[in-house]
Amino acid sequence: MKYGALALLAAVPLLGIGNYPLHLVIQVLLWGYIYTSWSLMGRLGMVSFGHGAFMSIGAYGVVMLWNHFGVSPWIGALAALTATAATAFVIGYPCFRFKIVGHYFALVTLALSEVARLIIVALRDQTGGSLGATPNSALTGDASMSLAALQFSNKIVWFYIVLAVWLAGLWIWRQVDRSMGRIALQAISEEEEAAASIGIHVTRAKLRITMISALMTCAGGVLYAQYQLYINPDSVGGIAISLQMVFGAIAGGMYARLGPTVGAAFTLLLAEGLRYAFGNRFPALDTTIYGVILVLFIIFMPKGILGAAEQGWRKLTAKSPARA
Amino acid sequence: MDIFDIFLLEAVLNGLLLGGLLALLSLGLNLIFGVIDVVWICYAELIMCGMYAVYYLYVVYHWPLLLAMPCAIGIVALLGVLLHQFVIRPVLTAEPINQLLVTGGVLFFLQAAATLVFGIEFKNLGVALPSIVVGEMSFSASRLVAFCVALAGVLALYFFLKRSYLGIAIRAISQDRAIMPLMGVSPARIFVITSALGGALAGLAACLLVLQYDTHPAIGLSFGPITFLICVLGGLGNMVGGFIAAFLFAQFISVGGFFFALEWGYVFSFIFFIAMMFWRPQGILGGK
Repeated sequence: MKYGALALLAAVPLLGIGNYPLHLVIQVLLWGYIYTSWSLMGRLGMVSFGHGAFMSIGAYGVVMLWNHFGVSPWIGALAALTATAATAFVIGYPCFRFKIVGHYFALVTLALSEVARLIIVALRDQTGGSLGATPNSALTGDASMSLAALQFSNKIVWFYIVLAVWLAGLWIWRQVDRSMGRIALQAISEEEEAAASIGIHVTRAKLRITMISALMTCAGGVLYAQYQLYINPDSVGGIAISLQMVFGAIAGGMYARLGPTVGAAFTLLLAEGLRYAFGNRFPALDTTIYGVILVLFIIFMPKGILGAAEQGWRKLTAKSPARA
Repeated sequence: MDIFDIFLLEAVLNGLLLGGLLALLSLGLNLIFGVIDVVWICYAELIMCGMYAVYYLYVVYHWPLLLAMPCAIGIVALLGVLLHQFVIRPVLTAEPINQLLVTGGVLFFLQAAATLVFGIEFKNLGVALPSIVVGEMSFSASRLVAFCVALAGVLALYFFLKRSYLGIAIRAISQDRAIMPLMGVSPARIFVITSALGGALAGLAACLLVLQYDTHPAIGLSFGPITFLICVLGGLGNMVGGFIAAFLFAQFISVGGFFFALEWGYVFSFIFFIAMMFWRPQGILGGK
């Protein structure tokens, strides 16, 4: 059934659904992947508001290296990933070493988000500031793709790239889920001192998952920049994007593997649905409703859509033998 | 070199004025955290609501400014109570991080609802206070007013908490939530009063900010983060620490902005914050 669904998903572009619906599917998969990256940490009790920084390092890293130095996004992505690893280490290591958890961890990482966004704005001569930046086009004449510049004008190509990355994200999730490290982190998130007392190296365990999560998010930023071909500090970073990741993951359910993707689909469908229903008469209606839904979710359904659905399903299946 | 120094002095003094305002901003948040143990991520959005309240009462309904402002304070205090009753109370026993996140949902809601209702245009109050020129330095009077009112607000809150019966009850709850019900203090009631007080402080901050800045739906994002960081730097819930942290931050912004561009002032202050967190994670005045 799983592979059937996957085959169906992979066949989406062949259905000839047109560019716009395809664009939406790509968005869901891309943001689903990014939310998945965030949830790797979030579900283990490390709520980071700093992932906007990692995403903006990825997005701005490749675009700036490409525009100013002509460095291929492939190399640029490596540079951005290195920079992200360094940033994650510089923030993560002291945080974990000095046991900055909960609210404090969230607020320290929030500062990181803002630092990244403000640096981009402050370097406006190079980055274009709040107006954003566009990677120089490598598509000359009637060429429709340039592998070296990671630019493709065909959305179907992008669909398969993003699908592959999304699947890779889910695969990483599963590998993490099955590892000893995940069990250790779960113990840490419940009682840090107790976990340390049974020989878990708290700092190392947390740092490892933070690195994985940050690097994945950075890669998401690279893809976003190359796909959209336009970035600005608020669309790839800052608090707004950091919060969007947190809440997307929570709405879908950050404890389930597909939860973050469900969250991405849910938020996108909500926005598109309301736009379809009301046109552009009510510009922020979707976010208003989204805000209310988030509040209700966190109060009544803290495990998110997929979490609640799983719970309901388990209840149903648990009851049925008794009835029979 | 003389000219240089006088401009630097101007930046330092302007930083001092900004510090007063930031201290007031962080005060309400600190009070809420200290007593209820919840971070209102949407605190800056409450301030935005207050700014809109002043704007509409004064510009659209032509109320006198000195009547519009207390009304706005009342409105935001009411919002604070509503926020507590309908959003915070259901999650009081949930995981702490859920309490942080639920107010994040309120942030989205308020910001979007403001866009929906008020539009994205920048609204200017149209009240221009003159600049005060001392020697070669100039200061905006609205900043000076904000500074004085902020200090007065800080002092008033201090004496309220130290001297009044209610204030003592509030401090007692913040020290030991489990014991106080046995002493005949109802935490639920104190929480509502504290929320109203926190809201009122946000309203007061709104009245001062609306004199200096244009109101728009995203204004909360421009000074929300700095407010949280001040509170954390001072030690969440520690009002004296927050007060000192506000002035430190303001100097970084003002003097950093003087030597480089304004954004760099913010960048330096945030990096300073991150470094301080590693040095003293419990805040500058927090105990171990």
